[in-house]
Amino acid sequence: MTDIIRLTAAETAARIASGELTAVEVAEAHLARIEAVDEKVHAYLHVDREGALAQARAVDAKRAAGEPLGPLAGVPLALKDIFTTEGVPTTVGSKILEGWIPPYDATVTKRLKDADVVILGKTNMDEFAMGSSTENSAYGPTGNPWDLTRVPGGSGGGSAAALASYQAPLAIGTDTGGSIRQPAAVTGTVGVKPTYGGVSRYGMVAFSSSLDQGGPCARTVLDAALLHEVIAGHDPMDSTSIDAPVPPVVEAARSGDVAGLRVGVVKELGGEGYQAGVVERFNESVELLRGLGAEVVELSCPSFTYALAAYYLIAPSECSSNLARFDAMRYGLRVGDDGSHSAEEVTALTREAGFGPEVKRRIILGTYALSSGYYDAYYGSAQKVRTLIARDFERAFEQVDVVVSPTTPTTAFPIGERVDDPLAMYLADLCTIPVNLAGNAAMSLPCGLAPEDGLPVGLQIIAPALKDDRLYRVGAAVEAAFVAKWGHPLLEEAPQL
Amino acid sequence: MTVTDLLSYEDALASYDPVMGLEVHVELGTRTKMFCGCSTALGAEPNSQTCPTCLGLPGALPVVNESGVESAIRIGLALNCEIAQWCRFARKNYFYPDMPKNFQTSQYDEPIAYNGYLDVQLEDGEVFRVHIERAHMEEDTGKSTHIGGATGRIHGASHSLLDYNRAGIPLIEIVTKPIEGAGARAPEVARAYVAELRELIRALGVSEARMEMGQLRCDVNLSLRPLGEKKFGTRSETKNVNSLRSVERAARFEIQRHAAVLSSGGTIVQETRHFHEEDGSTTSGRIKEEAEDYRYFPEPDLVPIAPPREWVEELRGSLPELPLARRERLKKEWGISDFEMQSALNAGAIDLITATIDAGADAASARKWWMGELARHANEAGVELSEVAITPQQVARISALVAAGELNDKLARQVIEGVLAGEGDPDRVVEKRGLKVVSDEGALNAAVDQAIADNAAVADKIRGGNLAAAGALIGAVMKLTRGQADAKRVRELVLEKLQG
Ligand SMILES: [Zn+2]
Repeated sequence: MTDIIRLTAAETAARIASGELTAVEVAEAHLARIEAVDEKVHAYLHVDREGALAQARAVDAKRAAGEPLGPLAGVPLALKDIFTTEGVPTTVGSKILEGWIPPYDATVTKRLKDADVVILGKTNMDEFAMGSSTENSAYGPTGNPWDLTRVPGGSGGGSAAALASYQAPLAIGTDTGGSIRQPAAVTGTVGVKPTYGGVSRYGMVAFSSSLDQGGPCARTVLDAALLHEVIAGHDPMDSTSIDAPVPPVVEAARSGDVAGLRVGVVKELGGEGYQAGVVERFNESVELLRGLGAEVVELSCPSFTYALAAYYLIAPSECSSNLARFDAMRYGLRVGDDGSHSAEEVTALTREAGFGPEVKRRIILGTYALSSGYYDAYYGSAQKVRTLIARDFERAFEQVDVVVSPTTPTTAFPIGERVDDPLAMYLADLCTIPVNLAGNAAMSLPCGLAPEDGLPVGLQIIAPALKDDRLYRVGAAVEAAFVAKWGHPLLEEAPQL
Repeated sequence: MTVTDLLSYEDALASYDPVMGLEVHVELGTRTKMFCGCSTALGAEPNSQTCPTCLGLPGALPVVNESGVESAIRIGLALNCEIAQWCRFARKNYFYPDMPKNFQTSQYDEPIAYNGYLDVQLEDGEVFRVHIERAHMEEDTGKSTHIGGATGRIHGASHSLLDYNRAGIPLIEIVTKPIEGAGARAPEVARAYVAELRELIRALGVSEARMEMGQLRCDVNLSLRPLGEKKFGTRSETKNVNSLRSVERAARFEIQRHAAVLSSGGTIVQETRHFHEEDGSTTSGRIKEEAEDYRYFPEPDLVPIAPPREWVEELRGSLPELPLARRERLKKEWGISDFEMQSALNAGAIDLITATIDAGADAASARKWWMGELARHANEAGVELSEVAITPQQVARISALVAAGELNDKLARQVIEGVLAGEGDPDRVVEKRGLKVVSDEGALNAAVDQAIADNAAVADKIRGGNLAAAGALIGAVMKLTRGQADAKRVRELVLEKLQG
């Protein structure tokens, strides 16, 4: 029998439904795996052993009572520590929220629970989702299961590493500039950023409200689709949530057909500065798509050149306001409350001690960009660029059904290499950021290993807003073709921990 | 408190022209808060009406309260404003412990309503048009109570208590354009504007607009410029002036203070000032060395508001009769002067009089009781007329008893006293206190006979045709009956007996 922890989510659910496995057995297998390897990987910030087992027992009881089970009932999941969980710590990777126990569940958390998904724990992340390596976590970095001396990407490095090290078959991430897709790419897993508004942000601690988007992470395209369907859909608690039916993502993942599909390759998402092995794997993917019957079209999106600059004005601006609430008054860390400091000083001391350097950098950047006299030049111009990027995408999607690109310019870089060079760090999200600015949907899935370092490379597929199903249709076809070619899923080539 | 130099009001106005700007915050009476489902009911246990959204917990998001938007549009329409086709909320960023998110969700350059006016009537009936810059939606902050300091302000306090029940209650901020040309009547215009606005808000039913409860709060911005000068002077902003009388006094005080500073060659500092009810003075608050930078930007957690035109027109069509028009109508119906109507407005008596008339009283007596006895009582107790513990129905009943001859005015005042003292409905007070007019003809006849006998000279005068002398005899009968006789009946009996 295959090791429980190596099953896909779909298989796990099927075996629980058929009685071949119990949810408790599955949860225990994963908890044991976490115990065995997470000291090395550090994917989790908090493991909720009791909560997970209770949820698993409830699933088994349901099954025993003959109640209908959802498509992911009993399947374990690793939740990014940015979603509130009632009664379970939520830190957002920051000292400022150390010890905070939220009194409420995020909509995503609630939907997972309602679907009988077993939440194993909360995963590590760059503080407040600001970063591309998970090194900005106040609780220490996470190792990339392919090479523990390298980063697992970020900000959702914990979720991606949990998947790649078989500590969970499913995970949830959030993607503001690439925080789901870039970690997926560098860990050889699948990650999807749904259309903006596709998944509720209620209870997802805000970094940049107009860009943040929660989404599914998994080891296979079908698993991601099954999870996507559970967490997506209109939420009256989030005004920006889309009030429309969820695109048929599971159906698309099961069909996996690209014959006759028009696939765009954008000149601006590739070329100079990209690692040779990344380019090689990407070109190979394009050929593979052509071989599957897709029509490949070369495109130009000139405004993409300004995406990174616009992003680093908009995201910090919104974050400077979103993070103002961390003032030591109502929750989280409080420093200097010894009777000798004023309320203002307590707030200042707490923020000084509780926020890490990258968070402070962005708060200062955003505060500056929003200041009167600078607003038009910075925030205002960035919003204009955003409109131009959305138009570039619109024009592209007049000619093609999806756009493909490398997910990241390089494979996983060594821990410590870019921590003192923010600009180099920011470049990791070069290909993913335009999608957030336009609000489109995108996926990253494995497309092989770079020959020079033997590390995973991600293929990014981008679809127009509300057409998330296209990602799964194309993704499933590419995945099937690659697995057939390699003879096994890419992750099987990862070293044993 | 340092004594502030003031120039006499007349001297101030002889050299300077006041320009005012009034900012009024109205707390809407919606059932729930502006961006969450929490109750807005007053008087609840501190922090019992809160949720993740109005506490600003990490991850929580706002959702716009439709009925708040509707109230804002109705206020805008009643103020003759244009209603935005499309507008957004914006974040106003600043730190304060009672602000849960450390930004206030407000509106900035895209208010829901703009460019309107409100006609206000001054004491002498003159109508002054106040132009409205904008009316926009925002949320209230929590409430801080500072403990241990001398002033109740945060400075010097040992600790503060925070109550977030108020956080997120919908507010409409109504901002005037600079009010020019009022001259010496500026303070009166300020007061009349706030009074008129309060009536308007109440007529719309969007808020009780009780100033003493903070449901309507006014900031008075004032500057002076030399007569004939076009350019505005530097303004002061007197915050939270919370009664009609205080609005007038604050404006007056600031005119005198600015004039004293300017005429002695000084300059006015742009600052916020606190108003003191006790002596009508203002003192310096926070100096605004440079304009505070609130770093406004469009609220990304909310989608833009684009009120459908049909809806706006429907709301316009369903506006109630507005106060000024209503007062014109009532003035005619009640047969009273501009001045009398103005007094009723200032006393907050119009709705009470109307309700009393609706309950069966005639206009003259309804007005007489509310504007006389009851207004005096409210004044002495320092409460709003509407808070006096008597209902229009009870006043109407008293008035009916008087009309039926069962009470006279003097007895009626005693009945009112009893109702206010909590002794029950008028009929019960009459019974308990034994206040019925003596209508027993036998007893009354005996009293009249006694009075005639006691005042033979007066009786003779009446017999001789001097009817004016009857008053003295009636007075004597009232004395004998301890005021419980019906004066009208007594007069009839006196004349009957002496003139046949
Ligand atoms: Zn609330």
